[in-house]
Amino acid sequence: MKMTRIEGTALPMRGDDIDTDRIMPARYLRAITFEGLEGHLFEDERAGSAAGARTGAVHPFDNPAYRGASILLVNRNFGSGSSREHAPQALQRAGIRAIVGESFAEIFFGNSLMIGLPCVTAAPDEVRELMERVEERPDVHLRVDFEAGTCEMNGFRCAIRLPGHARDALLTGAWDTTGMLLERYEEVDTVGARLPYVAGF
Amino acid sequence: MGKTLLQKVWDLHTVRTLPSGQTQIFIGLHLVHEVTSPQAFDALRKRGWKVARLDRTFATSDHIVPTRDRTRPFLDVMAEDMMAALERNCRDFGVPLAGLDDDRQGIVHVIGPELGLTQPGMTIACGDSHTSTHGAFGAVAFGIGTSQVRDVLASQCLALEPMKVRRIRVTGTLPRGVYAKDVILTIINRLGVGGGVGYAYEYAGDIVGRMSMDERMTICNMSIEGGARVGYVNPDQRTFEYMKGRPFAPSGEAFERAKTWWRSIASDPDARYDDDVEIRGEELTPVVTWGVNPGQSVSVTGRVPVANGSGGDGQAIADALAYMGLHGGEAIAGTRVDVAFIGSCTNSRLSDLREAARIVRGRRVAPHVKAFVVPGSASVKQAAEREGLDEIFRAAGFEWRSAGCSMCLGMNPDKLQGSQVCASSSNRNFKGRQGSPTGRTLLMSPAMVAAAAVTGAVTDVRELV
Ligand code: SF4
Repeated sequence: MKMTRIEGTALPMRGDDIDTDRIMPARYLRAITFEGLEGHLFEDERAGSAAGARTGAVHPFDNPAYRGASILLVNRNFGSGSSREHAPQALQRAGIRAIVGESFAEIFFGNSLMIGLPCVTAAPDEVRELMERVEERPDVHLRVDFEAGTCEMNGFRCAIRLPGHARDALLTGAWDTTGMLLERYEEVDTVGARLPYVAGF
Repeated sequence: MGKTLLQKVWDLHTVRTLPSGQTQIFIGLHLVHEVTSPQAFDALRKRGWKVARLDRTFATSDHIVPTRDRTRPFLDVMAEDMMAALERNCRDFGVPLAGLDDDRQGIVHVIGPELGLTQPGMTIACGDSHTSTHGAFGAVAFGIGTSQVRDVLASQCLALEPMKVRRIRVTGTLPRGVYAKDVILTIINRLGVGGGVGYAYEYAGDIVGRMSMDERMTICNMSIEGGARVGYVNPDQRTFEYMKGRPFAPSGEAFERAKTWWRSIASDPDARYDDDVEIRGEELTPVVTWGVNPGQSVSVTGRVPVANGSGGDGQAIADALAYMGLHGGEAIAGTRVDVAFIGSCTNSRLSDLREAARIVRGRRVAPHVKAFVVPGSASVKQAAEREGLDEIFRAAGFEWRSAGCSMCLGMNPDKLQGSQVCASSSNRNFKGRQGSPTGRTLLMSPAMVAAAAVTGAVTDVRELV
């Protein structure tokens, strides 16, 4: 599926270094499919959990104003820690189609792209501006345009960045890599054969 | 101009430049475990694919394994299903598995090196972020997600972007009571939890050169906590001595030829680095985390920071202190602990257990503390028992368990309860990491955990040796 732009309402999730243990607590990794994971997103800090009850604040994912949002706004180093793909899987299953942030942890970024959930970066002050505007008017639509390299909402527009290969993958719909890797398998065997540890020294 | 180990290994494993502009890299060793593989095997099944290189693939189970009673079926139905799925997948596809009854079973990052599967100059991938551990041997090793596990199973390759290399030289000598864990916690604190994004960390300097392989593994293990997907140490004599006689290592004349090749893939003396950092050994002290990410740490002689201001970092500090139940400005030493956990792929090897036992010997666990030791592998457990370490721990009031990830993460019966505070030799102090949504983790070296266990509070281990 090709993806040139995503349009929809947004959900601001403030905070730096939000790790994948927070996004998807480990106990929900005890399942052999990704189905139903969206029901446990940020579970330990949301309403109904002991920790959530303690903090008292409304979690963005519980806030009715952001229901139906398809664009997630985040700050610095989002998705750090564990390599669990369960984190982006759950976000995607909860309806998130793109993530705009200051920066992303590397494994999270790659995992998200692999499943067609693009993570794009924007300048810190612009991300803050987007968050403030969305908090003020949660019903306003954002448009993340991978082709033009912009993120827009009424009256505000900023540049977004994503690596060239990620942009190509989205625009051509070719982010499922296995086929590409299997294409010229003879070459893989050639490399294997020239490695001394594969050949047995 | 010379090359770094990373560049050499990268070039040797390059298959081609993909149409996407990424590099197709051959994966020399793929380690598999129960949590991140089931969906990947299912994807292969759906498309009728085989595992490309069974000779380069090896599986074990560690995350969900109970460490006390391992009778099958497990009491936890989901864990049992997951274990059964791994067994079925390995059988159906022909992947070698060190299962529960196998004396090679253990945490994937402990058994890879132990068995000699992990070797210098390899590319190593595993569906687990702490795969960086294997870099201690001069391998380029990194964690991947489940879709990439599928890619490696099906093609033995990954599509990757190049990495930059930051050399981190740890120079001088380590003061007494300061361990590899303190070195890496200090590095993460100084460079930041996101500071390594886009980089491989090459650990060098005389201190790293004198470190045992176990210590190097502790350092490389936590590279990912600094944001670096890859961390490595150039292979040297110490590496070769460790490799000798391991079940999957070359032997006889092949071992000599291997040594020559292993030497050749080390970074050249005139290699160019994208960044260079020096950490001076004399400045290091035992370190304890006070917050909710591994960069939020302080010397055991120091104080918890005060949250000044409400913006950015001030807010993050205030949130972390509230979660941890700590007050800005108070001394970290003396913080009462409820649980002491010695284990995890960071610090569950024989030398870790020896250091902890040295502190514990002749002392008793404080009455209010629940303390336990979880060896990283069945073979570490056996070796420790041969030395009588289990007796020392048991006599002091520790529980002595079987190998697994245990309380490093909340996927098995070992979990914190409520808001318990845990002195832990593991690698992550994230909110909820140890299985209770309000549980609190203080990361430190195994010797420091031992000191906390016997005194009941965070204690400078140097006072006990
Ligand atoms: S010990 Fe902890 S960090 Fe290591 S592999 Fe197991 S769960 Fe992951």
